[in-house]
Amino acid sequence: MKTLYLALKYLAIALWSAFVVFPFLWALTTSFKSANGVTGGATWIPWVQYEPSLQGWQSLFGGVGGINVVKPFYNSLVVTLSASVISITLGTLAAYALSRFTFRFLWMRNSDITFFFISQRIMPPIVLAIPFFLMLRSLGLLDSLPGLILVYVALLMPIAVWVMVDFFNGVPRGLDEMAWMDGCNPIITFWRVILPNALPGLVVAGMFCIIFGWNDFFFAFTLTFTETQLLPVAIVSLNSSVTPWWSLSAAALVSIAPLVVLAFVVERFLSKGGLAGAVR
Amino acid sequence: MYRQKYLFLLPGLLVLVAIILFPLLFTIRVSFSSWDVYNPGLNWIGGENYGRLWEDARYWQALGRLTLLSVTTVLIQYVLGFALALMVWRDLAARRLFRVLFLIPMMTTPVVMSVLWRTIFHESLGPLNPILESLGIGAAPWLSSAGWAFAAVVMVEVWQWTPFMFLLLLAGLLSLPNEPYLAAKIDGAGPVRTFFSVTFPMLGAISVGAILIRLIEASKIMETVYVLTSGGPGTSTETSSYYIYIRGMRDFQIGYSAALSLTYLIIMIVALTVIAKLLVRALVKDAA
Repeated sequence: MKTLYLALKYLAIALWSAFVVFPFLWALTTSFKSANGVTGGATWIPWVQYEPSLQGWQSLFGGVGGINVVKPFYNSLVVTLSASVISITLGTLAAYALSRFTFRFLWMRNSDITFFFISQRIMPPIVLAIPFFLMLRSLGLLDSLPGLILVYVALLMPIAVWVMVDFFNGVPRGLDEMAWMDGCNPIITFWRVILPNALPGLVVAGMFCIIFGWNDFFFAFTLTFTETQLLPVAIVSLNSSVTPWWSLSAAALVSIAPLVVLAFVVERFLSKGGLAGAVR
Repeated sequence: MYRQKYLFLLPGLLVLVAIILFPLLFTIRVSFSSWDVYNPGLNWIGGENYGRLWEDARYWQALGRLTLLSVTTVLIQYVLGFALALMVWRDLAARRLFRVLFLIPMMTTPVVMSVLWRTIFHESLGPLNPILESLGIGAAPWLSSAGWAFAAVVMVEVWQWTPFMFLLLLAGLLSLPNEPYLAAKIDGAGPVRTFFSVTFPMLGAISVGAILIRLIEASKIMETVYVLTSGGPGTSTETSSYYIYIRGMRDFQIGYSAALSLTYLIIMIVALTVIAKLLVRALVKDAA
């Protein structure tokens, strides 16, 4: 009975692991194929089943049938990091205020304001796409990095507020009150006392912002043309019926790699219990 | 009591209001106009767009399909995510390695993965059909028949987002206190009994949160559909967002698509609120 249960458990884990790894292995092997290797059918083992070539990886820097990923990679990096830093700065300040002070605007209280921030995640991108397009056009920011950063701030700030409000609610108020009694005003209290203690929350918020920023496609797709293509847009532009699968696979792996590293960071937090508060 | 409190709240609040409020008000106004390629601009045609929407069968079909797709994928993700979280919770060799592995899909860019999945589903050159054939199941017309295309979208969504459920539920499991398990052991409860009377109830709140977040995200689905099937074959995998995209960004019927997206937004908010209330009542013990 016990052995059967264990066998089933390991079988289930093995099956799911295979399912998880499958697309990555396929992309890896395809990235070393040439046109002949691709049209030869679904093969997996280089040298044995197909003649490997570096064509796909070389095309990452331009060349026939590929895309130069250097500039899109740089654009994605700039937009994601800038928008994350701005969102976390503004979001952390707002979250601290919502967690420590009481506000009343008309009928809205703290919980309503918090909900207003978080509820922005419900908004389907398609509802915002056309107004954003017209708004950025009238500001002259269409197809530019600042324009995209502006839009991504709206996209990411709700996440930062969500994580940080929860985090600050878990930080004992006594900490603030002690500093106030020592004569610190709220700004100094926040800067000297609260912020240094908020590092774990900031890391979680930063992680989520980077994941959602780096992985967004729709706004980058509708609000840029050619000048400031982000990485996902550049890769999808390769997605046609005559797609060079080798370039596609190599580019896809390059775009995914930076965030796969984050899985290790998340797991560290998870196993140490650091996420328990942040994901409530 | 401190005036500085506004210094903390207002920058973020004002930026968000400025970026979100204009598009929303603008969309409401545009939905009462006939803005399109031929007549760009804000005229007033009353509720005409809303009348047209009411009779637009394709819109309501897309909404029905979206509902089916969201509910199916989120349920599968929840069940699988819970099962996986339980398996790597404790008593497993190399469990931290498997935790990392199971988290990886949610870190990858959905649209990039969809491009890769499209090559996997390719009927003659992709690797999936040969594998199915060697298992004796037989090849399937993945992206060219309505039912299979829908299944393909479900499969990609499950691959991508089960890790999210897994993450939240595992975080919940790891934060559970030990005492109830000791009590269950003393009472002689078996593993199944322990799960249903101890583990599951204690994860009620986290389950509701995880399911709701995924439902919200799933209700917006369009990128996977755009890359994988372009809504096809026919309109068999077209979701609401994608249909609105076609009307707005491709046919450039700005006025009509604004009416479509507002209706969609309102239906989503109402539906998700109701679902949230029901889920809390069903799964969270304290609220009863």
